Amino acid sequence: MSTSTAPRTASGDVAIRDRADVLRQVKTVVVLAIAALLVLLFALSVDDPKIYWTLEERARLDTRRTLNAHVVAWSAFGYLVVALVLAALNRIRRGWVAGLVFFGAGLAFYAGFLMWFFADQRELAGIGAISIVNPLPQTVLYATPLVLGALAGTLCERAGVVNIAIEGQFLMGAFFASVASSLAYSAEAGLLGGALAGVAVASLLACFAIKFHINQIVLGVVLIALCLGLTNFLLGQIPTARENPVLASYLNQPVTLDPIRIPVLADIPVLGPALFNQSLLAYLMYASVALVTWLLFQTRWGLRVRAVGEHPKAVDTVGINVARRRWSAVLLGGVFAGLGGAFFTVGSTGAFDQNPSNGQGFIALAAVIMGRWHPIGATAAATFFGFMLATRDQLSVLTKIDSELLSAAPYLATVIAVAGFVGRVRPPAASGEPYLKS
Amino acid sequence: MKLEIRGLTKRFGSFTANDGIDLTVEEGEIHCLLGENGAGKSTLMNMLYGLLEPTEGEILVDGEPVSFSSPGDAIDRGIGMVHQHFMLVPVFTVAENVALGREDVRGPGILDRRASARRVRELSEAYRLSVEPDAIVETLPVGVQQRVEILKALTREAKVLILDEPTAVLTPQETDELFAIMRRLKAEGTSIIFITHKLREVRAVADRISVIRRGKVVGTTSPQASEAELAELMVGRKVNLVVEKSEREAGAPVLSARDLVVVDPRGHQVVKGVSLDVRAGEVLCVAGVQGNGQTELVKSLLGLVRAEGGSITLAGEDITHDSPRARLERGIGYVPEDRSSDGFVGDFSIRDNLVLDLFRSEQFSRGPALALRAIADNAEARIEEFDIRTPSASTHVAALSGGNQQKVVVAREMSRPLTVLIAAQPTRGVDVGSIEFIHQRIIAERDQGVAVLIVSTELDEVYALADRIAVMYDGRVVDVVGPDTPREEIGLLMAGGRDSTDGQNDVEDIA
Repeated sequence: MSTSTAPRTASGDVAIRDRADVLRQVKTVVVLAIAALLVLLFALSVDDPKIYWTLEERARLDTRRTLNAHVVAWSAFGYLVVALVLAALNRIRRGWVAGLVFFGAGLAFYAGFLMWFFADQRELAGIGAISIVNPLPQTVLYATPLVLGALAGTLCERAGVVNIAIEGQFLMGAFFASVASSLAYSAEAGLLGGALAGVAVASLLACFAIKFHINQIVLGVVLIALCLGLTNFLLGQIPTARENPVLASYLNQPVTLDPIRIPVLADIPVLGPALFNQSLLAYLMYASVALVTWLLFQTRWGLRVRAVGEHPKAVDTVGINVARRRWSAVLLGGVFAGLGGAFFTVGSTGAFDQNPSNGQGFIALAAVIMGRWHPIGATAAATFFGFMLATRDQLSVLTKIDSELLSAAPYLATVIAVAGFVGRVRPPAASGEPYLKS
Repeated sequence: MKLEIRGLTKRFGSFTANDGIDLTVEEGEIHCLLGENGAGKSTLMNMLYGLLEPTEGEILVDGEPVSFSSPGDAIDRGIGMVHQHFMLVPVFTVAENVALGREDVRGPGILDRRASARRVRELSEAYRLSVEPDAIVETLPVGVQQRVEILKALTREAKVLILDEPTAVLTPQETDELFAIMRRLKAEGTSIIFITHKLREVRAVADRISVIRRGKVVGTTSPQASEAELAELMVGRKVNLVVEKSEREAGAPVLSARDLVVVDPRGHQVVKGVSLDVRAGEVLCVAGVQGNGQTELVKSLLGLVRAEGGSITLAGEDITHDSPRARLERGIGYVPEDRSSDGFVGDFSIRDNLVLDLFRSEQFSRGPALALRAIADNAEARIEEFDIRTPSASTHVAALSGGNQQKVVVAREMSRPLTVLIAAQPTRGVDVGSIEFIHQRIIAERDQGVAVLIVSTELDEVYALADRIAVMYDGRVVDVVGPDTPREEIGLLMAGGRDSTDGQNDVEDIA
């Protein structure tokens, strides 16, 4: 009776497909089918296929080019149909090939959508129609705080501390970056002020989470509420320029960062202006991604931090202080989150206004999860969300979709992305668990 | 290195876990610490390793008093420990785990992975541990993981090595390999403190044996002492090591599984086409090393995880798609492997826990209301019948000892008329007295004609109860053998060694 008649694979498994695998295929087929159907509708609804476009950040009448929307939309549809057929035949499995196919499917959908959105515009006097512009410079701009916040989240979670309070660190970072920049009349000083504010919030988080074992979810939410209230209160204490112009200029009229154009590199087509014509903060962001990746995976400190996030007791039993590793990771995370916060004042609009980050700390948190707790993955996810925000901006010049609905779209995309494409992932095993000595 | 412990005492509030323990471990000695679960062995070792601070008493290394405020201090004085639950980071490589805390670095703290790997390879060869430095720990069998733990201690130049219940997770063959390693270490002058509750092993490897009971050392003896003597010393009274069991003719198959397949949440097949028949009035024991699919097999029989393939029948009826509740109502009794998470609600009273799956019955409810009187009467009767040692029926189950907790679970499951009893690790973490009692009750159920399926990783338990033994390895039943099959043979089967013995023991298959 011990012998089984079921056919087996080489590894000894019974040759059956499990539900999770079937579910994955069904999900792929359904998503691709919906995308193909929508692109079909887009393609069919285009009447006048002439669309202006340019690879520059702003369209100019003399350099913009035209394309045929029918060609683009039908090619996109064709690609999606091929991908759909392959998925239905279960020829798209896991791995990087599948990743490329899905990336292509995303691009195809995006292209089809843009064709529908920009076709058939009402003629405008002088310029004819609004052009599609290169969304990448804007993407990198929007991604800057998200990536920095996601790095902070990744560092904390890798050490076993859940950091919901990235949003709070953004707010405090934004406020004190503005104050520091105004006081010192220097945007760089603003960055320093932002980083220090981020570290201050991080030290609160570390103190309560590591020392007093407070539930980290509750703690994070409370910290956000605290930071929101505190920055609003402090903003209220700063006199307006009309009440006291001198004081106001010292406290909330920051110098902002200017874009720095890197010669040669900025001339690379398409990517150059996106990556190498940004402010100092964006360059710091690139460096931070490399730094965090290197620290986590190539140094002694990183090995210990990751060990503490996976199995703190194992670390304790080889004579390493668990709390100290966690503190160091959370505080370092505070630097990045604070820099991310600085984006919302000295990195972009200037003076601090109420709640400038407006929930982007939560998007950064989503990027941590979607990026599977890896700094590179988190960066990719944050860039995707930055792209969604950039697209929102680009689309808002036309009124084909209600603007209120449009502004909700990046967040909707976040939910879909996290729910649908995260798949089977494993967070650091001890994430969110206070370490108590037995 | 000589290690002495003098009058070591540890109190947690009013509870004394260790009471004035004296112990001397000589250089190059394998010193066994024998005691039941909860006797205080782990507390003692945690003090030696700097994880707990003693309330009183002192520890001497080579005659010199030492005090450890953290494991780092203990490591510095040459004490190494292999914990019962491995202190390994599952997603790290072997080399990373060994290096952790003593990393090889270049310049400003940059990991030198090659140097760490080399160190592992050298030590592994020197002590013949055959451990691959670049393997990811979670992919390794537990026996190898344990050798990684030993390596960890060796790289820290441990002179005294504490092994806390090291054989609990090993096959008999792996246990023999471990003993060989221990003897090699001893020959090099390492002292070993070997903690266990298995009498057979103590006699196989120890130079000296100290028995610990209720926090006190009750005797030190040589390995020439008989098992019965050791057991008596450990428990404090005469123990009956054999379960009284009469021959009994098994009836028709009651619970049958055909080609069951279970996939874990990570997508790996953990039960790979298991077929089993449990017959009325017999005990079928599933033997095997922890983690070979037994847990998932039992859960799929109960409907707690869904089988991806195969079918289950109970008394001829297909129950593959029944809910767990429907299965219980058809007469399956279930003693889960992890009683504190699946077997009872710790913060509920004994009274309530005894009716957790019975409260819907007419006896214990009136419409939507509970029949509190009947529930209380039931509790009194069960406490009496199953000898549950408790101050009262309203005591929270979490406050009881492991043995009494398990008796609550067993009592509840046996208070319904059963056709099948499924019990996973029925005596894990249970004192010897309760083991005897639970085993007798299980055999009593069998004698009433219940089909009994026991899953156990303890071969002693398997031999005590089984009418037939199904051995699981890597998600499959590799063979079903009779209860008089020699230990070595079952050990081989548990290690998946069916191919090497194929054709020789087929006659044993009495199915």
